[in-house]
Amino acid sequence: MEPIIIEGTPKTPTVKFDSTEGVFEIKGRSIPENSVEFYKPLVDWLDTYKESPLTKTVVNIRLEYFNTSSSKCILDVFKKLEAIHKAKNEVEVNWYYEEDDEDMLEAGEDYESIIRVPFKMIEIVE
Amino acid sequence: MSFNVENYFSDLSTGNTILYYKGNVDSDVINYILDTVEDKMVEVNEQSKLRKRVYNVLVESLQNLYHHVDRVPDDFEDQASEKFGLIVVKKVRDGYRIVTGNFVHFENIEKLEEKIKRINRSSHEEIKELYKFILNHQRISAKGGGGLGLVDIARKTGNKLEYSFKAYNSHYSFFYLDILVNEEK
Repeated sequence: MEPIIIEGTPKTPTVKFDSTEGVFEIKGRSIPENSVEFYKPLVDWLDTYKESPLTKTVVNIRLEYFNTSSSKCILDVFKKLEAIHKAKNEVEVNWYYEEDDEDMLEAGEDYESIIRVPFKMIEIVE
Repeated sequence: MSFNVENYFSDLSTGNTILYYKGNVDSDVINYILDTVEDKMVEVNEQSKLRKRVYNVLVESLQNLYHHVDRVPDDFEDQASEKFGLIVVKKVRDGYRIVTGNFVHFENIEKLEEKIKRINRSSHEEIKELYKFILNHQRISAKGGGGLGLVDIARKTGNKLEYSFKAYNSHYSFFYLDILVNEEK
């Protein structure tokens, strides 16, 4: 599988999905007007990856901002990961939030309560 | 014209207005407003928690306009703006006020007002649950909105959504939304 590598912009995150290492990353700001357009290729890629995933997949989410329309797309990403996890593969989500950013911590906890995949909340201390 | 859409804002022009915009709300305008407000908050060394909250609420307010405004009435002065909106950002004592204004067709008023009333009578915990429910059960609409914008604003600010509808003509009202983002929620 070809990896997905997308450079971040002021409104869209940096993305690195590499199936050979099983480490996926979404980082930066995710506030586009049309989030479906941005996330659809990622969700499609995960759909293919889930057919023959590595035994362990680690996902690092390190967002500074995301809008509500991205929040639904991020849930779609997590739903694919949940399917991988359900098929008896190890999946771990590392949800990063900056020190004092309770809103970002709460957002991670929302996903943790909806998606059956182990989450780790990691505070970034500067 | 039965009223001037800016009259409401004359009250707001006093004090510390850091941004005022009236016109078409497209993607470039949204970028410009976000950059301007963010730069100004950095300039005055606003604490990061408040800065982030203001930025988040501003993103949702602007994108609500972008996704949901109705087209302007036929007799309105600005026919060129497909998505006409007004936006004011003000520094107030313990935070920021974000005020938006846009036309709403009378057929859509009841639904919008119902939604705001539901949010305003909910406790913080109920809003959090409502957010999660919509996140998990509602698809992104044809307009591109997630149906979460106002819920998210109420959740992040912890404040009631202040609003009003001013009749413009028999088919349209002008809708004002007044959001206070302050340090404590």
